[in-house]
Amino acid sequence: MSATPGQTSATPEELKARIEAGIPGAVATVTGDGHHFSAFVSAPAFAGLGRIAQHRLVYDVFGDEVGGRIHALSIQTRTTEPEETR
Amino acid sequence: MSENEMHGAIQEAIGSNPVILFMKGTPEAPMCGFSARTVAMLQSVGASFAAVDVLPDPRIRQELSAISNWPTIPQLFVDGDLVGGCDIVTEMYESGELVQALGLEGSDADGDGDGASIAQAQAGPPLTIENRL
Repeated sequence: MSATPGQTSATPEELKARIEAGIPGAVATVTGDGHHFSAFVSAPAFAGLGRIAQHRLVYDVFGDEVGGRIHALSIQTRTTEPEETR
Repeated sequence: MSENEMHGAIQEAIGSNPVILFMKGTPEAPMCGFSARTVAMLQSVGASFAAVDVLPDPRIRQELSAISNWPTIPQLFVDGDLVGGCDIVTEMYESGELVQALGLEGSDADGDGDGASIAQAQAGPPLTIENRL
């Protein structure tokens, strides 16, 4: 399976891989049915950011796909210490 | 209404309503679970809020997202600033921050109905956009 966005339906595995590739040090748990997804994302990159900015980092991984191919993406974020992910 | 006019009308609505929710459907008849949950949380803390239905014209959502740099609906603004969508409002509701952000601390928001703040959406939508599709 390719992680490149296409016309095929999205999978939780794809979203997890793309979040972890797109946000330095991120660890993601993603569930979903191909249209509605829920992501729990921990990352040191969230440090010092408000919730809005943290969620934008996650949304930005997917750009216009949110609301389109990815119909809904529910997000929870947590800031981790850099050493936690080593 | 041109896209520029709509952009301006949305900014005007955000600027002139202390608490405004852009949602799918109306508070009385939400058309999406996330919008419904957000309305229910606002009502549960006794917030008065303006509501705009984004569904009648796709350009509302397009221009709103351009203004807010936020891709999803609903979107809650307080005092002109984006607070978040359903996920963030849920976290803030559970932690008590929502009451704080809405300036409802100390008010009777415990739902026993004897206080001044009764959950009530404003009667008229602040942004009326004709559907000419």
